[in-house]
Amino acid sequence: MNWPALLLSLKLSAWTVVWLLPLGILVARQIAWREFPGRAWVEALVALPLVLPPTVLGYYLLSAFGGATPIGQAWHSAFGRPLAFSFEGLLLASIVFNIPFAVQPMQRAFQSIPDEVREAAWCSGMSHWRTFLMIELPLAWPGIVSALVLTFAHTMGEFGVVLMMGGNIPGETQTIAIAIYDRVQAFDEHGAATMSSLLLAFSLLAIGAVYMLANRIGRRRG
Amino acid sequence: MADPAGLEVSLRQAAPIPLAARFHCGRGELVALVGPSGSGKSTILRCIAGLAHPGEGVVSCAGDVWLDTARGIDLAPQQRSVGIVFQHYALFPHLSAHKNVMAAMTHVAAGERAGRARELLQLVHLSGLEERHPRQLSGGQQQRVALARALARDPAVLLLDEPFSAVDRVTRRRLQRELAQLRSRIRVPIILVTHDLDEARVLADRMVILSHGETLQEGPSAQVMARPATAQVARLLDQNNLFEGSVLSQRPDEGKTLLTWSDYTLEAAYAPAFGVGDKVAWMIPPECVILHRRDRPSAGEAENPVSGLIRECVPLGESTSIVLDIGAPASVPLAMSIATHHARRNKLVVGDQVKVTLLASGIHLMPPAELLSERLTQAPALPG
Repeated sequence: MNWPALLLSLKLSAWTVVWLLPLGILVARQIAWREFPGRAWVEALVALPLVLPPTVLGYYLLSAFGGATPIGQAWHSAFGRPLAFSFEGLLLASIVFNIPFAVQPMQRAFQSIPDEVREAAWCSGMSHWRTFLMIELPLAWPGIVSALVLTFAHTMGEFGVVLMMGGNIPGETQTIAIAIYDRVQAFDEHGAATMSSLLLAFSLLAIGAVYMLANRIGRRRG
Repeated sequence: MADPAGLEVSLRQAAPIPLAARFHCGRGELVALVGPSGSGKSTILRCIAGLAHPGEGVVSCAGDVWLDTARGIDLAPQQRSVGIVFQHYALFPHLSAHKNVMAAMTHVAAGERAGRARELLQLVHLSGLEERHPRQLSGGQQQRVALARALARDPAVLLLDEPFSAVDRVTRRRLQRELAQLRSRIRVPIILVTHDLDEARVLADRMVILSHGETLQEGPSAQVMARPATAQVARLLDQNNLFEGSVLSQRPDEGKTLLTWSDYTLEAAYAPAFGVGDKVAWMIPPECVILHRRDRPSAGEAENPVSGLIRECVPLGESTSIVLDIGAPASVPLAMSIATHHARRNKLVVGDQVKVTLLASGIHLMPPAELLSERLTQAPALPG
């Protein structure tokens, strides 16, 4: 069992969730409620990582944030190390790759709140911020939790983008999915099987938890 | 007109929904906005609440200006002292009835909210159901929570958007009665949006008749119902007995205007606005058409006697709706309503020839409508 790889995957998943919680809510609310020109294209952009091969996404991320690019150079001069092939680079790739997994369930959750309910909150004297905290967030919460669980589980299993953007540096960018690939390449069937079964169990638990939550909320609200 | 504690509304825009509405509602007064679907009633309510933004307009309440497009004033809903009951109540589904009401008390000290919310729920007869969530309440109970929540803000105006449309008939009657009782306790302007004429007639002090966002008539409910300003208003008020005629003579001394209609000369209450020879539209409510007894002529028989064939005779519970075919020159339908037992005693059946009196006091004259003649060629609808 490659514990450092597992820990790194958990850390990457946790940070991805931490970043995508506010970002996802911000984007999801805008798409759910605002009518603006080009909305369809924004939705398409959000969904793009779902259909794009991870290697293609990884390639473009490398092209944008590699050491030779302005962003890569700026990062290097600010922090003294490269963005690509680092944990931060990995995190950035993971955030981009997980946008649809975070935004789409949140968007559906916000869309399911009737306009009248928010308007009733405003007419009750509640500020937009208070309406968000007291009304929108509790009502959208099941969707938000689903989004975060999916994002976490998906990051745990992500391979292509992580390999392209982070490489395979043990302790720095080697996640559990890459470690499994590594073990298979090295004909270590036992190591690969142990880690694979762990990832399988984890994913099943995560998805199961989402469905259980959805069912329970559905019964309570129904 | 100007009422320092009242609500003044004047709205105008061309798109997306045309608006040309102007009315006021005094303190403690209930004004009904009445009109068909798409007449802009709800949009007007939303403009008052600050949820919609008209092209031009002024909304002021109790001296506070909430909207004045000319001066660039357009307060947010939070800054307008408005209590609103939405058509589908829009309760917060994750909060109990008690917390729904407390949520609208941001202006009250935190320690006083719980007690005040309980009082309001008691006022709307929901004591004992405070901890129930909206899904655990019936439609009528949800409506009461919505009303309590609207009142929780101590609003300067209460807005009701078709609040009785989503409940059954029995509950509707009870809620309407409760609203009428509640009015004595909340002395604020109340605006009721409804497409139900009976509801408006029963509850409202005054009516504003709207069509395509435009105010067609405003006035006391009874007056608007009996004396529509135009044939269009009469049609919106479901007045089926709408005809065209011309003024034969004016007799101010006798308080009469004589009217030519078909082969008949009718007496109407004196209507000085029209000159001799003027074409007019005129209407008579079905309850002002009186059937003559066949066996014994009544005293009122001399007043505007008209004869016709019974075309339809439909018993609707205690009253029976009758449509007469008034003959020459063209076949014209005249609707009336009589007690069902009366219809039975007279053995009225389709095809019978009967005589009726058109009460002169019930005949109301209006300017002729361009579309009226078109409508008269169509089959009549039964009176509502």
